[in-house]
Amino acid sequence: MKKDTKMIILLLILVVVIVVVPLFALQGAEFGGSDDAGSTKIEELQGEYEPWFTPVFETILNGEIPGEVESLLFCVQTGIGVGVIAFVMGRFVERKKMEKES
Amino acid sequence: MTKKQKAVWKVSILAAAFLAVCPVASAMHIMEGYLPPAFCIAWGVLCIPFLVRGFFTLKNLYRENPKMITMIAMAGAYIFVLSALKIPSVTGSCSHMTGTGLAAILFGPCATGILGIIVLLFQAILLAHGGLTTLGANTFSMAIAGPLVTYGIYLLCKKCNVNRRFSVFLAAAAGDLFTYCVTSVQLAVAYPAQDGGVGASILEFLGVFAPTQLPLAVVEGLLTVMIIIALENYAGKELKALGFIKAE
Repeated sequence: MKKDTKMIILLLILVVVIVVVPLFALQGAEFGGSDDAGSTKIEELQGEYEPWFTPVFETILNGEIPGEVESLLFCVQTGIGVGVIAFVMGRFVERKKMEKES
Repeated sequence: MTKKQKAVWKVSILAAAFLAVCPVASAMHIMEGYLPPAFCIAWGVLCIPFLVRGFFTLKNLYRENPKMITMIAMAGAYIFVLSALKIPSVTGSCSHMTGTGLAAILFGPCATGILGIIVLLFQAILLAHGGLTTLGANTFSMAIAGPLVTYGIYLLCKKCNVNRRFSVFLAAAAGDLFTYCVTSVQLAVAYPAQDGGVGASILEFLGVFAPTQLPLAVVEGLLTVMIIIALENYAGKELKALGFIKAE
């Protein structure tokens, strides 16, 4: 049990390092999405490319989703996920406790 | 699967085989409208047998053991979280993980397809990320091809008696990376380079995606190991029922 806790902490640190290092190593880089890089590549290979379909949400809004709202929606997605994981995990942890007591 | 479910699954394979006469192509989070209609349909059709089978897998799992819904929810939520996190990478651009490794290891690749398509739909409709027209292609790469590799590598490691946590890491990381390889191929088949054709084009797209994704694949592997450790400690009963750890 103790060993696992150590392992988790070690792995967490490793994850943070991998994620944070590029930020410091490449100061001033744009950090745009690689999806966008993909579409730029398409234009390189094919010349001017006009997407034949625009996202439904953007059609309704008549324009792009504002950046702040987009990050809100991404947060909502993360929030839903974390909420479910925390809820289920919490139940598991309590269950184990109860089993030990009885 | 029951006999009836098997029959439906087989019919879906046949249907896909007939419909997919157009050249086979494959991608992850290809943007809305960036894949010609024929390719959108082809990739979508290719997903159908996997999704049908996955649906039955989940349904049977639930019928045999309704408590398993917690594990299914957990695996789905894990995909939700990981695919929402855009992470900076060494190339100076951002990408995100797939999060499909956990579901693939626990439930197999087909069931992962169902969980993955829910996430992709959410992102396509609300976030204008990925797209409805490219849903088939994105589902194939992120929720089917990647998980297939994850599942395969995990089984192989199990057979060779590799340390379980290390196999989880390896499998999840490889699945993440493979997802983007498939995306590159999907884009390349739709957009062959003027000189060099599809092959040159694949290299071009791989050049965009692979270096960015490599560190993220490692992160995804590590995170998946963490959640597996947590589950090993607190959800032994469920993991045993799934056959992930041996029953004593």
